[in-house]
Amino acid sequence: MEKIKYIAILLMITSAAYAQNANQILEKVDKNMSSKNRIVESEMIIHGKRNSRTITSLSYSVGDKKSFTEYLSPARERGTKMLKLENKLWIYSPSTDRIIQISGHMLRQSLMGSDLSYEDMMDDRKLTEVYTATVIGQESIDGRKCYILELKAKVVDIAYHTRKMWIDTERYIPLKEDLFAKSGKLLKQTTFSNVKKVQGRWFPTAMVYKDMLKQGDGTEFIVTGIRFNQEIQEYIFTKAVLKQ
Amino acid sequence: MIKFLLKGILRDRSRSLLPIIVVSLGVFLTIVMSAWMKGIFTDMINMNANFTTGHVKVMTRAYAENVNQMPLDLALLDIDELIQNLENDYPNMDWVPRINFGGLLDVPDENGETRAQGPAAGKAIDFFHNPEEVERMNILKSLVKGNIPQKPGEAIISYEFAKKFGVKLGEKVTLFGSTMNGSMLFKTFTVCGTIRFGMTMLDRGAILVDISDAQLALDMENGSTEILGYLNDGIYDKEKVDAIADSFNSKYSKANDEFSPQMHKLEEQSGLGDYLRMADNMIGMMITFFVIAMSIVLWNTGLLGGLRRYTEYGVRLALGEEKGHIYKTMIYEAILIGIIGSIIGTILGLGMAYYLQEVGLDFSEMTRTVSMMLPTVYRATIFPKLFYIGFIPGLIAMVSGNALAGFAIYKRKTAKLFKELEV
Repeated sequence: MEKIKYIAILLMITSAAYAQNANQILEKVDKNMSSKNRIVESEMIIHGKRNSRTITSLSYSVGDKKSFTEYLSPARERGTKMLKLENKLWIYSPSTDRIIQISGHMLRQSLMGSDLSYEDMMDDRKLTEVYTATVIGQESIDGRKCYILELKAKVVDIAYHTRKMWIDTERYIPLKEDLFAKSGKLLKQTTFSNVKKVQGRWFPTAMVYKDMLKQGDGTEFIVTGIRFNQEIQEYIFTKAVLKQ
Repeated sequence: MIKFLLKGILRDRSRSLLPIIVVSLGVFLTIVMSAWMKGIFTDMINMNANFTTGHVKVMTRAYAENVNQMPLDLALLDIDELIQNLENDYPNMDWVPRINFGGLLDVPDENGETRAQGPAAGKAIDFFHNPEEVERMNILKSLVKGNIPQKPGEAIISYEFAKKFGVKLGEKVTLFGSTMNGSMLFKTFTVCGTIRFGMTMLDRGAILVDISDAQLALDMENGSTEILGYLNDGIYDKEKVDAIADSFNSKYSKANDEFSPQMHKLEEQSGLGDYLRMADNMIGMMITFFVIAMSIVLWNTGLLGGLRRYTEYGVRLALGEEKGHIYKTMIYEAILIGIIGSIIGTILGLGMAYYLQEVGLDFSEMTRTVSMMLPTVYRATIFPKLFYIGFIPGLIAMVSGNALAGFAIYKRKTAKLFKELEV
């Protein structure tokens, strides 16, 4: 009986240590991936069933509450702008000179035919704020040792109830991620590569998103330029900018 | 002998009148009910054919696999050439391209910002060049206000949507979604009419536009999600359609090319094949029911006739006629009565079916709140089977009824005949 007690206590201590360890890992990931604000220039290569398209854009974001994106090319998308304030999203189309607010189930629709949804683009919250992590193992990806973390949602308003992340044990950035629905169904898979040191932090500059419910070869997201903690004018995050 | 029996039937009406009336009535009901049921099922199938399935539908193989998701990126391209080929190869059909699309219908305020919005289920048809399409979808009769699109940039929207969000004729609405290439779709239309089909599944957020507008907005130049084919006489003929689909698929559809066109028959879509089989099964069940019910009635009639003709059979046996011969003449008589009753019942039944086919019964008041895709006027349909279908219950019931009743002849004992006959 005594023995069982000791084993139980030992197990509790070990799992508590593991959990603490997992949350510390997640905090380090947040430190690399999140910032006060950022300006990102990117290319999104969407591999469809019939053809591939490349869309370039320039984004400004402050924390997880405000972001503004302007699409630069191709000509069909040029001038299209997206503004996110809190949990609201507006899209401006120069061809119709209309501002449309997107809400509800439409946020789950594909962004420009890519494997990303509007919701994916909008949700920039820190992982530690919305998930509880557990280390469930270790594995190597492309020769780099990784912790495997299982993240369970601790908030209700979240697109993916569970995540499985492979975190680089040295650089604390994700190298692979599986996103699951509450039912346990695998919804999306992401791989991260081309990790660079930017302003003292590690950051993956190439990502491949694959919507598992969609045909096609996935969407590549390439960061061509990124600057953290810059001076960003407040007027950028106003609806007036959309029509300018 | 047949002439002799026929004379007997016509001269002794007490022997034949009741069975002929019963057989005629049964045959009449069988024919009218069969034509009526066939008519209702045919109307429902035609309605589905006109709105969604066509008599045949051509889609890419990849689109057909995911048809419920309406994947625009898997649509047909170079449709002018494809339609030309279809018209050359199958000239007895009308070929029409259509585009089904989804999205968000957004109503702007005075600043061009969202005032109201709701999900939209769009359909693009050839409004400008094919008036048959407008008629096929019953659009003119379903319009609540306004008219059909006359020029590019006009759209008909659901009456329910217009009423809910206070959209008036002449106002602008913007369709937001994705194009065939996945680009953002923003297309503003002027509302030229509001429509109510009377079916929830069609009325919820519907938007109807001309196909040229949809092709432009959805980056689908010379493309469509489907090409529907209708037999020129407007009646679905399984044999003709089977031949056309087999020939088209063997010529144009390639298993290793997911974007090659593939033809689907009406019965292969939306479970309509099961529906057609259900219609045939129900007609079969109805005939079986009438055969059983009429056999019971005619058996009793035969028994009564047998009792009434008890003395006659006794005399014939006493005169040395074989029991088997009497039984045989009785069966022949039943066949003749069955044929006469079936002919009368078939003529009357076809007359009534023709009336129901031409005039029909209007149930529009009763189906006002029904959300299924149902016709409002129910009509019968006369089909070749009706000319002989009534003979099955008419003859089988009459013969089996008399055959059962006739067994009494074999129970008669020749030795007791004179005593029975009080000779």
